[in-house]
Amino acid sequence: MPQYQNIFTTVNAVGPVSPGVELGHGNSPRTGQPLINYWLGKLGNAQLGPIYLGGLGLASIIFGTLAFNIIGFNMLAQVNWDPIQFIRQLFWLALEPPPPQYGLTIPPMNQGGWYLLSSLFLLISVLLWFARTWRRARELGLGMHIPYAFLSAMWLFLVLGLFRPVLMGSWGEAVPYGIFPHLDWTAAFSLRYGNLFYNPFHALSIAFLYGSALLFAMHGATILAVGRYGGEREIEQIVDRGTASERAALFWRWTMGFNATMESIHRWAWWFAVLTTLTGGIGILLTGTVVDNWYLWAVKHGVAPPYPDVFPAVTDPALQATPSGVKP
Amino acid sequence: MSTLSIQTALRLLGLASVAMLAACERPPVISVQHGYAGTGMAQVYNPATVEKQQEANQVPEATPQASPDGPKAGQVYQNVKVLGDLSVGQFTRLMVNMTAWIAPEQGCAYCHNPANFADESKYTKVVARKMVEMTQHINTDWKNHVAETGVTCYTCHRGQPVPKEIWFTADNAPKGANFIGDTAGQNSPAKTVGLSSLPNDPFTPFLLGKEEIRVNGNTALPSGNRTSIKQAEWTYGLMMHMSSSLGVNCTYCHNTRNIAQWEGGPPQRVTAWHGIRMARDLNLNYMETLTEVFPANRKGELGDVAKLNCATCHQGAYKPLYGAGMLKDHPELGRDTVLASSAPVKAAKAALQASAAAPAAKR
Repeated sequence: MPQYQNIFTTVNAVGPVSPGVELGHGNSPRTGQPLINYWLGKLGNAQLGPIYLGGLGLASIIFGTLAFNIIGFNMLAQVNWDPIQFIRQLFWLALEPPPPQYGLTIPPMNQGGWYLLSSLFLLISVLLWFARTWRRARELGLGMHIPYAFLSAMWLFLVLGLFRPVLMGSWGEAVPYGIFPHLDWTAAFSLRYGNLFYNPFHALSIAFLYGSALLFAMHGATILAVGRYGGEREIEQIVDRGTASERAALFWRWTMGFNATMESIHRWAWWFAVLTTLTGGIGILLTGTVVDNWYLWAVKHGVAPPYPDVFPAVTDPALQATPSGVKP
Repeated sequence: MSTLSIQTALRLLGLASVAMLAACERPPVISVQHGYAGTGMAQVYNPATVEKQQEANQVPEATPQASPDGPKAGQVYQNVKVLGDLSVGQFTRLMVNMTAWIAPEQGCAYCHNPANFADESKYTKVVARKMVEMTQHINTDWKNHVAETGVTCYTCHRGQPVPKEIWFTADNAPKGANFIGDTAGQNSPAKTVGLSSLPNDPFTPFLLGKEEIRVNGNTALPSGNRTSIKQAEWTYGLMMHMSSSLGVNCTYCHNTRNIAQWEGGPPQRVTAWHGIRMARDLNLNYMETLTEVFPANRKGELGDVAKLNCATCHQGAYKPLYGAGMLKDHPELGRDTVLASSAPVKAAKAALQASAAAPAAKR
């Protein structure tokens, strides 16, 4: 009888390779010769492949590769086609959106045209991938939980790259495609709009993000801890609790007075993850369109408390009639 | 797994960790409160860095004062246009000090023709005169930034003919056929912006030009502020330069909760505000006027003259030379000694007054 109480995977169940269920009319054949790998079995299932690619998957990968290459070749051109500098500066390089003066018009290729083209390809790729998750879920007779969750991530992606730039009237508002540049963009976004930490939807998004990590840790730990009583059979224990489920429930009820159930914990996890990007997208969409300065908004609504003055009084020198020092 | 392979794995892990941490700063870092408790208003210092900085910012010992009596330099020497009202003793003392501050290895001949000291065949002499005027201008007209501490040649030069920290306008023109690979003036590990990916020549628009630095709106809801995030990145680049030039965090001048707010913030920001305008004034009215004087090898890739920014004087210290004043030993640099005859300078100053007052009208 296998034991599951180790924090690393100890059980490596290996059987004959399986291509999966029979697929109906309109489905493509699966791609690749499946194989069994012992070390893959340490991480997940020991069987690798076959993959279902299909028309949607293939088209999505093609458009995604196009976008990826446009970004990559622009970066390579920025370092004068030097592969060494490309590696050294990779984290700094980026494909930048058009300058703001182009508004929502189509700029020249080297002033954001490449950016818009790669964004279009990326958008097509992501939409096709969404359709693919939808189709695969349908074909396997699943619920639509995974496509809907992906849709939530797409909402944030679309707000950042499409909805908000359109509402602001400038493609220049979109996020650069680069490692450090997109992080500096994020900081500049917060600075421009008077500190994003006062944006309540930003706060909600952070709460759901960190909450997702906490819930994942709690749930993973709980199930591993009751593995010795068969707790990994969570789904059937929704209706047929048994000792593993009871002990897990008691642990949390004793430590914090309340416990999720084998069913509800998965809804908690799903909603927290989905709400992270859902609320985040709302927060971004409101910034600049509906609210221009989140700090002043927070002061107006009594969210930001006043602090005692610890410095000598400071006034904006630009407001003085004759700014002192700006002489002779 | 055998003992040997575990040892090998641990060694590899150790090597990998060292490689990953190679670019990191050695601990400890200390944090000093600078503002109301619990608001994140703190300055972060690494004592090892501060110690090195202290050593690099020692002030040379002052030479004994010369007698103000006796004939004036302007009467004895030919072609003395700026310091003519000093006594010969005072004048010589300053010249000796300037040599020690700026060209200790090259000596007098770095600026002067040894056969005829009044001769102006060397461009360095013309530059030096303009720089003396600039120093006097800073010490008399920019007290809101330099206070009574003031500046001398040494504040920037530190024993080098060309100050360590200067800047030229970046050549951001698209390469080749302007088809691919535009960087939008950013996204390279530039020291000017603290190795961030921000626009790495924030000096041309802000310390030479008069582009608007402020990006925040003054109202909670939109009321016509169309400043883009890209503009915010340019301002952010300038601020990163100021932060690394002064060896301070954002909170040295700004409130953590709202960067744009003046009320309740550190008073250092007012000093910095004047500093930005001072740098702009000096670049426009002193450095730029020397463009034709400098030879091509001293100019930038666009043929522009070397210009100054915050780092030129500060060199990593919150106050240049950590506030050690040298001006008190050189009062001749703290007053306007330009002879009444040099009318163009006076006219330029009057024009400057008009132009510098202009930004106040905005917001």
